[in-house]
Amino acid sequence: MDRIEGLAKLTGAERYVDDLPLDGMLWGMTVRSPAPRGRVTGVHFGSGVDWSEFVVVDHHDIPGDNTVLLIETDQPLLAGEYVRHAEEPIALVAHRSREMVRRAIREIEVTIDPDPPIFDFTAEPTQDQIQHGSDNALKRIDITKGDVDAALVRAARVVEGEYRTGSQEHVYLENQGMIAWEEDGVLVIKGSLQCPFYVLKAAVRALGRDSDHVRIVQTPTGGGFGGKEEYPSMIALHAALLALKAEQPVRIIYDRGEDMRATTKRHPSLVRHRTGVDGDGRLVAQDIDVALDGGAYVTLSPVVLSRGVIHAAGPYACDNVRIRGRAMLTNSPPHGAFRGFGAPQTHFANERHMDVIAATIGIDPDEFRRRNLIVDGQTTATGQRITDGTDRVALLDHALELSSYHERQDKHRSLNASHPYLRRGIGLAAFHHGAGFTGSGEVMLASELHLAGLPDGRIEVLSANIEMGQGTLTVFTKLVCDRLGLRPEHVVIADADTGRVPDSGPTVASRTTMVVGRLVDDSDTGDRVTQAIIDWHVERDEPLVGHAKYEPPPGIEWDETTYTGDAYATYGWATYVAEVEVDLRTYTARVTDFVAVQDVGTVLHETLARGQIQGGVVQAIGWALTEECAWSNGVMQNNQLTNYIIPTSDDVPPIRVSFVENPFAHGPHGAKGLGELPMDGPAPAIANAVARAIDADPRAIPLTPEHLMDLLSNGR
Amino acid sequence: MPTTLAEALEIQRDEDATPMAGGTDLLVHWPEQLELHDRDYLDLWGIDELRRIEWSDDTLELGALTTYWDVITDAKIGAAFPLLVDAARQIGAVQIQSRGTWAGNIANGSPAADGVPVLMAYGASVVIASHDKHRQVPLERFYAGYKEMDLAPDELIVAIRIPNRTYRHERFIKVGSRRAQAIAKVGAALVSNGSGWRVVASSVAPTIRRCPTIEAQISDGEPLSSPDDLLPAIRADVSPIDDLRSTAAYRERVMSRVLYYAIEEMSHR
Repeated sequence: MDRIEGLAKLTGAERYVDDLPLDGMLWGMTVRSPAPRGRVTGVHFGSGVDWSEFVVVDHHDIPGDNTVLLIETDQPLLAGEYVRHAEEPIALVAHRSREMVRRAIREIEVTIDPDPPIFDFTAEPTQDQIQHGSDNALKRIDITKGDVDAALVRAARVVEGEYRTGSQEHVYLENQGMIAWEEDGVLVIKGSLQCPFYVLKAAVRALGRDSDHVRIVQTPTGGGFGGKEEYPSMIALHAALLALKAEQPVRIIYDRGEDMRATTKRHPSLVRHRTGVDGDGRLVAQDIDVALDGGAYVTLSPVVLSRGVIHAAGPYACDNVRIRGRAMLTNSPPHGAFRGFGAPQTHFANERHMDVIAATIGIDPDEFRRRNLIVDGQTTATGQRITDGTDRVALLDHALELSSYHERQDKHRSLNASHPYLRRGIGLAAFHHGAGFTGSGEVMLASELHLAGLPDGRIEVLSANIEMGQGTLTVFTKLVCDRLGLRPEHVVIADADTGRVPDSGPTVASRTTMVVGRLVDDSDTGDRVTQAIIDWHVERDEPLVGHAKYEPPPGIEWDETTYTGDAYATYGWATYVAEVEVDLRTYTARVTDFVAVQDVGTVLHETLARGQIQGGVVQAIGWALTEECAWSNGVMQNNQLTNYIIPTSDDVPPIRVSFVENPFAHGPHGAKGLGELPMDGPAPAIANAVARAIDADPRAIPLTPEHLMDLLSNGR
Repeated sequence: MPTTLAEALEIQRDEDATPMAGGTDLLVHWPEQLELHDRDYLDLWGIDELRRIEWSDDTLELGALTTYWDVITDAKIGAAFPLLVDAARQIGAVQIQSRGTWAGNIANGSPAADGVPVLMAYGASVVIASHDKHRQVPLERFYAGYKEMDLAPDELIVAIRIPNRTYRHERFIKVGSRRAQAIAKVGAALVSNGSGWRVVASSVAPTIRRCPTIEAQISDGEPLSSPDDLLPAIRADVSPIDDLRSTAAYRERVMSRVLYYAIEEMSHR
């Protein structure tokens, strides 16, 4: 099946929020904090523009609570007396000319009486840096299985390691943007977003209106990667505040510089491992400490930490595991959702550490993993018994075979011994990714989806799940076609408009196909097809709507208080292999070949699935090698694509994708989530390959040429 | 918008306008740099007489509106001055290559320019005109400091002249932060006619500049035994800094390594 919106995107016919006509509209823009922490002592309006032409909004104009409701309510919509990070929104300005609003922003001076900020999430805060609880911890989560201390004493070898990852910018092609206006007493907010009902709930709280008087509508979204999970609530409500005060439509579109400086990034991490192995190279104890930089407000850090710690021990069997996790407040802009959601960070540490252990005890990295991968009947760190029938060792061996892993090592050895400046190496990573919301999350979401038979005989799918490039429209259409024997032109996917669609949950966590797609497949519209639908409408004056509501797979149990049990309904499993070439003239590492083997259950749409895997690998190559946020005083200095280096097609190797299809009984046609999995494995596989190529021991990413030079000079 | 050079030079004499050719550098930060909006610009793009490539017996002359793409697609230039093509192909992507000009690259004065080092290595001169006179300045003497150049407010660069000589060795080196669409962190252009080298370095000093100490060492000195042998000469000729794109330490060390291996490879041919 062709991609539903493919032609519109290819030809430029697709209309994004910045393209939508809006009569009589104003351009909105945000006044931001110049300092990372302190009391706001004044907002001064300069004389360079005529302020009577402008609409200005500050926290006094917020009709409801001054908060961007998410998990907590600590983040203000517009800072009033106090700021906790640079670039924090303080006021809003609108004018019919975009140029004028840009000039007006420069006329406004915000003065701050500073308090001491904290930027190092690994450091103990001093008393005057504490801004949350007693120690700045936004969230702590511990996982305990067996007796780690006793097992470490008994272990034949104990290997320690410390691993760091940096922040990462999403670089969705379409910047954040929203439009808002009031229409017959209903506030309409349209824009680029992943989670319409998140925005709706935040709007109800901050605007003091009930949900019948607010409509949130998603516009075609040019990439999200998690960057449009929570942040859109902020910009949506800003547009709404301006529109309500101006009594005119308002458009806010961030330009790239503002988007990169002010919006969320991937959480930086520091993970420490202390691992006991027995004489046979089997894991007997995993003692893991996970620290994340949460930034200035709670936002999604508790759930990012949750996914991070649950994945921290990797896809391995070990009877004694202790994972201690914390997300720490710093005075950086809040770090947020980003493809993988904490798991890429902990997988980087664990998979790099597996190579470090293998080297320490003198076993090949692939053999060390083979001995420890979970086999059916064994349990994960949370005690979840895995019984899905996937042969994880065979999957690993398949990846080694496809990549000629062993043969290439011999070739690399001879090249590395003779070439004046080129060094090659190959590395692997074995990993997993839980599909859907963590723990009881899916039960609490209680997603609902409707299928309606339209009077013309077509089927309309009504859900809150959105297309952002990953293929929702196509997969939903295909599921309906397969179920009802229809052609794609007989299926319409409704706009994600909270005024029309039921809440099928957010478009995050690799859940759309597996969880919501299953609802498409389950919907009780049954086998009525086109003529039957038309007949229904001819005979009856009532809508024909089929309903489906999420039911968890049987036997799933999760204890949120002890963090034990079935953390996810199912997991994707994978082994990735990267080959790199390091040029010692320039200290540049380049990925020259890549093999990605995974079990994501049944593959519903081969082209989309392969595209998702390849795209994730490319995004992870950037995170591993070149993407580095240059922070200074809590502000990203390289907030432009000239100096924030994402890979181009020339930096990307052939990415060979192979699916091992083991159907998941509770996904549509056996499908599991897959979108985030490819973000988890490439960075450690690449770092392991670099370690081999140059006989070094990298413990942090990105491995930029400058960092590689230091590594080679200092031995680390 | 002028369509003749004479018209443009009159405007330059009478008005305070910033000349603009392809605009590829100017427009990058346009939305954010509002101060740029308050200036006047002299758009040179419509002056067809500046859009020419002329050969004489001893010189190649590129009119000031010659783009990178014009050079990339010119087989005769590619045969005579391969480094021009090497450098042009590493500037941005096709859109930039077909809009950006060699003269604009010179006048922009960036120490990280890719076009300037190869022109300087080939001994190019800048042809400058004002409403009442023409003059010519060797490119290697054109820059006085960071973004400071020998160009009066009433003058325009109208052409670039490159002496048509033959070289035994020629090499352009660009170390960017990725393989394409990157700004140089370290750059160099080297040519040798068999008796001596000309070496030009970019991104390691306030201006693109020739490196006389390195030239003397590799033309006349002891054979090099390792990249480190070049470090004293590099330190004498350039002064790299830490910035958003890289570090001084990286630039110095990588300069020694890329030069060393380039010279090694060329001298074994």
